[in-house]
Amino acid sequence: MTIAQQNLIEFRDVSWRANGGASAEIIAGVSLEVPRGGTLVLLGRSGSGKTTLLKLINGMHWPSQGEVRVEGRTTREWDATRLRRGIGYVIQEAGLFPHFTVAENVALVPGLEGWPNEKIAARVKEMLELVGLEPGEYAQRRPRELSGGQRQRVGVARALAADPPILLMDEPFGAVDPVTRAELQREFQALARRLAKTIVFVTHDLREALLLASRIVLLERGRIVANARPEDFLRVQHPEVLAFAASLDVRGSAV
Amino acid sequence: MTGFWSFLAAHQSEILSATLEHVELVCIAMAAAILIGVPLGMLIVRRAKLRAIALGIAGIFQTVPSLALFGFLIPIPFIGGIGKRTAIVALTLYALLPILRNTYVGLTEIDPAVLESAEAMGMTQTQILFRVRFPLGLAVILAGVRTATIITIGVATIAAAIGAGGLGTFIFRGVALVNDSLLLAGAIPAALLAVLADFLLGRLERRLRVT
Repeated sequence: MTIAQQNLIEFRDVSWRANGGASAEIIAGVSLEVPRGGTLVLLGRSGSGKTTLLKLINGMHWPSQGEVRVEGRTTREWDATRLRRGIGYVIQEAGLFPHFTVAENVALVPGLEGWPNEKIAARVKEMLELVGLEPGEYAQRRPRELSGGQRQRVGVARALAADPPILLMDEPFGAVDPVTRAELQREFQALARRLAKTIVFVTHDLREALLLASRIVLLERGRIVANARPEDFLRVQHPEVLAFAASLDVRGSAV
Repeated sequence: MTGFWSFLAAHQSEILSATLEHVELVCIAMAAAILIGVPLGMLIVRRAKLRAIALGIAGIFQTVPSLALFGFLIPIPFIGGIGKRTAIVALTLYALLPILRNTYVGLTEIDPAVLESAEAMGMTQTQILFRVRFPLGLAVILAGVRTATIITIGVATIAAAIGAGGLGTFIFRGVALVNDSLLLAGAIPAALLAVLADFLLGRLERRLRVT
């Protein structure tokens, strides 16, 4: 019981194959504990299974073997809709609804949850302020009238609107320019500290991982090859860690 | 040409009533085709087997030559016989494919990131269908309605062959009597109707397009 309380999310020997188990293993024998609070970064190359791991948490995928527990219950036991409404989800390009205004996008999950209108309106305002978008100026705009960075902020506001304990982020800052990216990363750090959510963050950028993570999990071809605090990560002796470290170009000084 | 103008002047009330009759045939058939095609298109979004059957059958109707389709329907009880009802059934069957196909395409060709986040937010498939797929696919659905309307306005001229009236009456008479004025009195209003429908529905479609 204490384990279930400590670990908000838990993977137990999870494997996953596409097409209902007919294809090759994308995730192979992953066991992982995600404690409450903090930012766990899933790092890996394209195709290493990072996104799949994320989708196993909110029931977009179900394990072919093993089980994933969220708040002590397996994702199969959860009603998928209930589970997902308690987990914020932010993806690259934000996936905002183009036919909704910014306010309507942010109001989505509270609306699905049947909150009263005044409460939703207040929450939308609060969320937009939280991500640094002046509600008076942006609430009634459509996503196409925003910059990439602004869309990404709306994506975060939408994910946080119903105050979920868990936030899943799939390369949320992958599609914006480097300057905006650095800005969003700084704001994200401040936000993460303030909100005390449990965040699982997918990236292929080691620099981003070192900056944002309280723990880094490195994936290689569907397996976990390193699981360390950011300050220890570069000392892990594994070829894939070295490969990532080489991409940093500052390895000498970091070791 | 002077013959044609004097013919128009002499028969304007008949031409007008034939045009109205034509519009009536088209409107009823289109309403029926939309009421069948759009819900059916929504139904087949996530049902592959039903999709193959529905699109297959609608495709068959479309390949039957229109005059033959009218002919086939005449002996069928309840919907058959000579007159408007048979014509409307045939026109509906004819209009079905473009509407059904565009509804399916409009509802399925949605930005995958939008569908993924809708699902991840905890929307049910029904909510995604009505609140995401439908509004985003509406312009494509309407493009199907526009295509179907233009086809139906043309095919409806053949309905006169089974006694359903409309502008085809003039055309068939014109062909039988080798009379150009009669032929044009049917063909020109039908063409104008098609152009008008194309223009109006095209405008509506552009207005509904979400970028």
